[in-house]
Amino acid sequence: MKYLLLKHYRGGPAPVVDYGSLDQWTPEEVDAHIQYMRDFAARLEETGEYVGEQALSPEGTFVRYDGEGRPPVTDGPFAETKDLIAGWMIIDVDSWDRAVELAGELSAAPGPRGEPIHEWLEVRPFLTEPPTVTE
Amino acid sequence: MRELVPAVIGVLVRRGADFASAEDAVQEALIRALETWPGDPPRDPKAWLVAAAWRRFLDAARAEASRRGRELTVEAEPPAGPAPATDDTLRLYFLCAHPTLPQSSAVALTLRAVGGLTTRQIAAAHLVPEATMAQRISRAKRKIAGLPLDQPGDLGTVLRVLYLVFNEGYGGNVDLAAEAIRLTRQLVALTGEPEAAGLLALMLLHHARRASRTGPGGRLVPLAEQDRSRWDTGLIAEGVTILQAALARDRLGEYQAQAAIAALHADARSVCETDWVQIVEWYDELLLLTGSPVVRLNRAVAVGEADGPQAGLAALAGVDPGLPRYAAVTAYLHERAGDLQRAAELYAEASRAATSVPERDHLTREAARVRQLLRRVSR
Repeated sequence: MKYLLLKHYRGGPAPVVDYGSLDQWTPEEVDAHIQYMRDFAARLEETGEYVGEQALSPEGTFVRYDGEGRPPVTDGPFAETKDLIAGWMIIDVDSWDRAVELAGELSAAPGPRGEPIHEWLEVRPFLTEPPTVTE
Repeated sequence: MRELVPAVIGVLVRRGADFASAEDAVQEALIRALETWPGDPPRDPKAWLVAAAWRRFLDAARAEASRRGRELTVEAEPPAGPAPATDDTLRLYFLCAHPTLPQSSAVALTLRAVGGLTTRQIAAAHLVPEATMAQRISRAKRKIAGLPLDQPGDLGTVLRVLYLVFNEGYGGNVDLAAEAIRLTRQLVALTGEPEAAGLLALMLLHHARRASRTGPGGRLVPLAEQDRSRWDTGLIAEGVTILQAALARDRLGEYQAQAAIAALHADARSVCETDWVQIVEWYDELLLLTGSPVVRLNRAVAVGEADGPQAGLAALAGVDPGLPRYAAVTAYLHERAGDLQRAAELYAEASRAATSVPERDHLTREAARVRQLLRRVSR
């Protein structure tokens, strides 16, 4: 079963630890944080549970169709939108419990003074192919 | 060629290779065969695979020995001997589906060591990177390293793994349902166990309906709306024959009971000719065998058809509403009972809880259909 571990810049429940933003940390703290994520991904590759990951720039624009023969309309960027997605990791695990366990581990990435930042991560199951046997 | 894989692994193991190294060597030989055989087919494919795999195994063993600064202890020239290939193959089934392995690992290992699929094919079928699948397989092999290859295993876990493979259906360029049928067929020939036969019958009976189960664009077509003229009568006849022979041996198990239900559906020329009373009886058997809440849920649908929607809703008492498809089942029963308002809400709820895209889309359409009915009624 595949799950998306979604990392939000903001928009989740209230943070447990006020860890500020990475640019306010010391370079060593930033490095340690990034290294933790790398090690985490490498560990999952080894356990055969890693599928992929992607980081996203916070910059973005809303786009919509504006009618036949007209260029799409763009709007934004909105610096103050409620929710911003920073990136995701996709895992393939045997159970929901395992997905939650791994998300908990990823959330323990270190921040200022090397303390875990207790970041809220969102876990979302993938929709799959329907099973062959249904009734 | 893939049918040869378990037997070739068996030969290497009997020559003194450990299972993990033998399996790696055969996999490499197999990939080489896939590259060279189309242009240069060998006269004796099995001998070719054995020779190629043995060479790979020796190379790897030598490299390992020199890395550790030790002498190679395996004889370079193996003793010749008769090959009890059927026993080897059966033991591989048991080993690859060993109860200590997580299900996803057992599935991957079975597909590789028994099914002879390459890691790349297995990865593609499961939509994960090849490196991830390679790791999953080598971890599984480490986990079962040291287990003896000469002991009978747990047939129940083997059947469950094959059932899972069948249910995964079709992914990448590998037809996993067809592969599961091939492996189960082979297992039935090796063991003659009624439950293995029951599982094979179940697969054949469901496979027979495959073409009718999806409409244009992968749209899900529920059983009641399937074009029964598209069902594969040959597969149905085979499934029924296998099931009858298994049932005659009087050792009922869950797969035989499930196959019996599938056979009763397959037997009905139209949905209204379905023998729901007998289907409910089989669900009762299945419930006794498994105690599974999912069976209880499906049984409620059958009760709804046999004794009316109110009876179906009553049969839901005590079923955990958190089950997948619970909302879908209650939506259907409420619609049949005439409560369209409740049905529409439940279909919408069910679509949000769906675990697959075709199911979600189907349930969304059902919600939309019932809401349209409601609008017409109120007009």
